[in-house]
Amino acid sequence: MIAVIAAIFLFGGAVFLLVSCVGLLRLPDFYTRAHAVGKAETLGSMLVLIGLALYNGLTLSSAKLLLILVIIAVTNPTATHALTRAAMRSGLKIWRAKESNPA
Amino acid sequence: MSTFFLALAVFITLLFAASLYRVLRGPTVFDRTIGAGLIGTNAILVLVLIGFLYERVDMFVDLALAYGMLNFIGIVALAKYFERKEGNA
Repeated sequence: MIAVIAAIFLFGGAVFLLVSCVGLLRLPDFYTRAHAVGKAETLGSMLVLIGLALYNGLTLSSAKLLLILVIIAVTNPTATHALTRAAMRSGLKIWRAKESNPA
Repeated sequence: MSTFFLALAVFITLLFAASLYRVLRGPTVFDRTIGAGLIGTNAILVLVLIGFLYERVDMFVDLALAYGMLNFIGIVALAKYFERKEGNA
């Protein structure tokens, strides 16, 4: 039963990791790519780590897995924000849709 | 369940290749850096999954913990370095 719940968490995490990677490849400029990486990647990693900790049971390694989860949840958005602020201060232009194609 | 872990590790490793395309072809240096950060975060997950595959979770979890901290420090240091430098935007 626990293994089934863990597998559901792992599969959901894999889906979010795929979404973040597709966003990194397909979106048009740096800020939108940072949006994809900063949110979907964090959630996917957290779901995968929750699934692994559930599968591992109540041990010290599970506590360390949850510590990795907390570290990712704190540092991944912070690193993305720092990069985006650096890009903004160095004058990277924000992508706009073409004038001839208003959407 | 071990086969599932192996499949998930292979899947995340295939995602490395997609991120590596952005690292190699990124128009600006920030695209390259964020692609490298994505590879670093996925590498943490691959390390933990390798620990489950070889049944040495207690060792590989520590490695993943250290790698996560180093990844964060590296990305922030690169962000501070590339800030306000000419010609990378």
